[in-house]
Amino acid sequence: MSNNLLAKYSPQTDSYDEMLNAARLPRAHWRTILDSLAGETPEIMAKRLEMVQRQVRENGVTYNVYADLQGIQRPWDLNCLPFILPHSEWAEIEAGVIQRATLLNKILVDVYGEQNLLKEGLLPAPLIHGHDGFLRPCHGKKHLDDIALHFYAIDLARAPSGRWWVVGDRTQAPSGAGYALENRAVMARTFPDLLRDLNVRHLTDFFSTMLDSLTRWGRQCAAQSGTPLRTSEPPLIVLLTPGPFNETYFEQAYLARHLGVPLVEGNDLTVRNGKVWFKNLSGLQRVHVIMRRVDDDFCDPLELKADSALGVAGLNLAAKLGNVLIANSLGSNLLESGALLGFLPKVCERLLGEQLAIPSVATWWCGEPAAMSSVIEKLDRLVIKPSFPQLRQFPVFGQDLKGADRDQLIAAIKNNPNNYVAQELVKLSQAPVWQPDNAGSLNACSIGLRVYAAATPDGYVVMPGGLTRAATGTDTRIITMQRGGGSKDTWVQARSDTNTHGSNLARTITSHELVRDDTHLSSRMAENLFWFGRYADRCDNITRLLRVSLNFLASVAPTERGSEWKAIKTVCARYELIEDPDKPVQPSQSQSQSSGKTAAQLASLAPGTVKSESQLDAQIEATLLRAIVDPDVSGLARQLQQLHSSANHLSERFSIDNWRVLNQMLPKKEDARAALTQSDGMVILDDVTTSLMTLTGFALDGMTRDLGWNFLSLGRRLERLQFQCFALQRALKMDASGNLDWLLELSDSIVTYRARYRSKPEWLPCLDLLLLDESNPRSILFQIHGIQKSLKKITVAYGACGEEKFALLSRELQGLDKDADLFCGNEKLIELLASIWIAAAKISEQISLQFFSYTGQQLNRKQA
Amino acid sequence: MVDPISVLPADFVAVARYHVMHETRYTYQGAVSLSQQYLHLSPLNFRYQHVLSQHITILPAVADSVDGQDYFGNATRHFSITVPHQVLIVQSEFAVELARRPAMEQLKTSLPWELLRDTLLQSKNRATQQACQFLFASPHVSCSRQLQEYALISFTPGRPQLEAAMDLTRRIFEDFEFDGKATEISTPLEEVFIGRRGVCQDFAHLMIGCLRSIGLPACYMSGYILTHPPEGQPRMVGADASHAWVSVYCPTLGWVDFDPTNRCLVQTEHITLGLGRDFSDVTPMRGIVLGGGEQKLQVEVTVTPLPVPGS
Repeated sequence: MSNNLLAKYSPQTDSYDEMLNAARLPRAHWRTILDSLAGETPEIMAKRLEMVQRQVRENGVTYNVYADLQGIQRPWDLNCLPFILPHSEWAEIEAGVIQRATLLNKILVDVYGEQNLLKEGLLPAPLIHGHDGFLRPCHGKKHLDDIALHFYAIDLARAPSGRWWVVGDRTQAPSGAGYALENRAVMARTFPDLLRDLNVRHLTDFFSTMLDSLTRWGRQCAAQSGTPLRTSEPPLIVLLTPGPFNETYFEQAYLARHLGVPLVEGNDLTVRNGKVWFKNLSGLQRVHVIMRRVDDDFCDPLELKADSALGVAGLNLAAKLGNVLIANSLGSNLLESGALLGFLPKVCERLLGEQLAIPSVATWWCGEPAAMSSVIEKLDRLVIKPSFPQLRQFPVFGQDLKGADRDQLIAAIKNNPNNYVAQELVKLSQAPVWQPDNAGSLNACSIGLRVYAAATPDGYVVMPGGLTRAATGTDTRIITMQRGGGSKDTWVQARSDTNTHGSNLARTITSHELVRDDTHLSSRMAENLFWFGRYADRCDNITRLLRVSLNFLASVAPTERGSEWKAIKTVCARYELIEDPDKPVQPSQSQSQSSGKTAAQLASLAPGTVKSESQLDAQIEATLLRAIVDPDVSGLARQLQQLHSSANHLSERFSIDNWRVLNQMLPKKEDARAALTQSDGMVILDDVTTSLMTLTGFALDGMTRDLGWNFLSLGRRLERLQFQCFALQRALKMDASGNLDWLLELSDSIVTYRARYRSKPEWLPCLDLLLLDESNPRSILFQIHGIQKSLKKITVAYGACGEEKFALLSRELQGLDKDADLFCGNEKLIELLASIWIAAAKISEQISLQFFSYTGQQLNRKQA
Repeated sequence: MVDPISVLPADFVAVARYHVMHETRYTYQGAVSLSQQYLHLSPLNFRYQHVLSQHITILPAVADSVDGQDYFGNATRHFSITVPHQVLIVQSEFAVELARRPAMEQLKTSLPWELLRDTLLQSKNRATQQACQFLFASPHVSCSRQLQEYALISFTPGRPQLEAAMDLTRRIFEDFEFDGKATEISTPLEEVFIGRRGVCQDFAHLMIGCLRSIGLPACYMSGYILTHPPEGQPRMVGADASHAWVSVYCPTLGWVDFDPTNRCLVQTEHITLGLGRDFSDVTPMRGIVLGGGEQKLQVEVTVTPLPVPGS
């Protein structure tokens, strides 16, 4: 029996209990699960809990918290007990949600069209004309099948009476459906038997229905704009995200993957000729449907918020011309105003001829004088919210306010009544959460339910499930993921006479749906991969360079230094670690503290003084040490930040392990200003080298070799090629007696050299190893062959992109005579290296122009 | 709201005729590879203004262009240029004729202002309902107690609404100084109010803010004004400028325009481009360019009176 499980379960007596009835006995739909839990040992339950948490972690389910910039991603909190709704109760909710979605859609179409509700006085003018979310540029758009609200979410709460109330509507870009999907996937793996025994309905049909509808409307958009699609040709649907810093970015990426649509940012799209295009590696591809997670006013800097960097210039025009469907239509945020709630019952009767099935929580809009005075009268029992979401204020509980704060709020309401709504406090219902303490037991916590509906040409369909959110924080009155809160999978039971066939996991993929390459690789993604490759290798080069220089300074006395010291300094200067030794110090710069200066400029002493060797050494050492940790000067710390930020834009391609390594390397704030000793610096450099090798290992061993990988690899090889070319050129300019150890160390080839020759480095074997040895992953020839290979793959997919030049250089290198050409000071060799460097720079530029930025209408033709 | 018309009403009697040339020139430091622009540069056809001809010339050649109408009935144009360019020129050239507007004597026949304020939102009259769109704060116009207090000095109890508006127009002219350097388009109204300086847009926004703060609808008018060259001198080409003023709703006379920058009731020397809640609704030219670096903007406007046939 489940008695001991319930020992600690003590729900608040004045709320509805989801699990126990008035007699404190389990409700019928909870019995199966309670029996099953009671039959399990604490060890098994602990294992299951662990399994849930592990899956959440491994799948990288996260929720971004705006307030927390450092640890921007927080693991998703999924409780291992579901929230269960029996069929009969669900049927009522479902009908109510359909009614409300239908109603809200009609209001949206009216306000952005004829405005009859305003003319008839069913909606007060201040509510619409005074609403910042009423976007006039979006008015007058014709909607396919008269649907402007394609995807809708509703927040429900259950009152002590057992009745469901609507707490809020999400009409702009509802979030959370992807988390619901992920929650189910985790639960289905953890409790497969229970899902079957309880006859729980699947979620996946809902998403395919939604996709079918969008596909149909996408076809109509194509036809409407004079370029109908063939039957075999699907319309292009994309999911527009604000980017990886958005709180629900994980979910957006997850949903895009589940639906099989590209996840795009504003920069991936462009409007030409009133149509929307997706900039991917094949050129510009016409977009027919945009599912958006970007807020209304951020969607089009040309007609809406001018300073938005998240939108697409001209998007509103494209939508108005009917050339693209935006789901939800721009301007739909209007309906999220709490002030609307009080007017819905009458509007529902007028538009649908029926009563509102699920009532809204009692809400008063202070814009009505009578409502305002009664709100002020019973302030203690109300929660005060902004009327319009644009006002960006947190809700305030009347009961929390005392004295001056209370008077201040009342004055603010009186001053600007249109901006305030007051809602009755809802006593949330309570449901059990599993507590993994000693033997395991159930605790009670407050819950709210978010339910989703999608439009089809024949009306709305409701997802049979939802996102149950639990108030796990101390303030049980607020449920928000932003402030920390848990979630539960929502189990809707099918009618007892129907069977939920098949698996509750994601639908099975058949062999003809197998994907081998990312066909929708966006230009932005390719560009980020390319730069990630470049930055990763640049960090590696700079780390080695810093190590070599600091070692040299510490171990070779000034009197023993040959021409190699100047060569090292020149390479350091080239990578902006120190001032160019050939350039005189400019007095005016030496005292400036601007962050754009190199560490060298900041650390150099006052001008005019003659410095001793040891003073100069100390100065260079200080400069190099600062370049390791201080991102305010150019150097390693800044490059690591760049690497991290390009990784942020690729987050869905990286695993949690990858992230751990990337985060470890980020310069620590406390290090930036600390005076570092030489040995501290070396420890950091060693750690960074190890981390970078781990990262390279992931890229080599953990990433699929698709086209995206080719861009990453290309970036890495080009960066290394240029670095090696420069270092070798500089080495060749030394005296013949110059020491070569530094060059081998810099090229990570010292171990190989010693193993092969067991002697002091000499020019011929050294140049052979670093230039021509194809088995050495640091050699020039190795890089060139790698670049050729990547360019070939890109050529096969998208047409010529300059691979011939490298074939030529490779032949020229291989044509070198080892006896006649490989010697110090050889001008021909220096020139060849210079021309290789230039070729690398040119191809980098060409790749950018050809694949990353589209300015004209040119297309990279995909070969058949 | 001014109902734009496409057909000239039978009783339209032209009393003035103008030719307007408005040239906007952007010069960029580097090449712009993609330019997308949104124009509010075509004159409005309405009760007091009839458009005779109109043409917009754009250089370099546009790749695509779409004409439309915005929420307020203003004519708009979207265009994009996809050839690399360092200079963008948009010339809007048009001719309009104007009809006579309500005269100063008529202002005192308007309703006591409180009556309008208290009945507006309940009105079933379509024009009055439409006017309610211009009652609330908008991106460039905030409402405040300060503005309310300033307005109430003119809006004394029971005073005819338009007479009070004329008084407010005069006071803004007297209390504020025209200063082309004191403000930018992004300067908030509060700052203009405290600094007591600004340009025509600021004064228009200020007066609109005052009216909305006491519960009266007011809209922003964008256009041009005829300037008078000094006696005996010829009219200089390009010396004029864009202008802005205020329109106030009156249930009996319709929308009546006031110009606080020139302390006048608008008669037949103001040419209307468009109307909106404030500048942001009718910005003459809004755009997004790719590349280009620093940009320089030059605007030249020439308003030339034409003879009115038959007068």
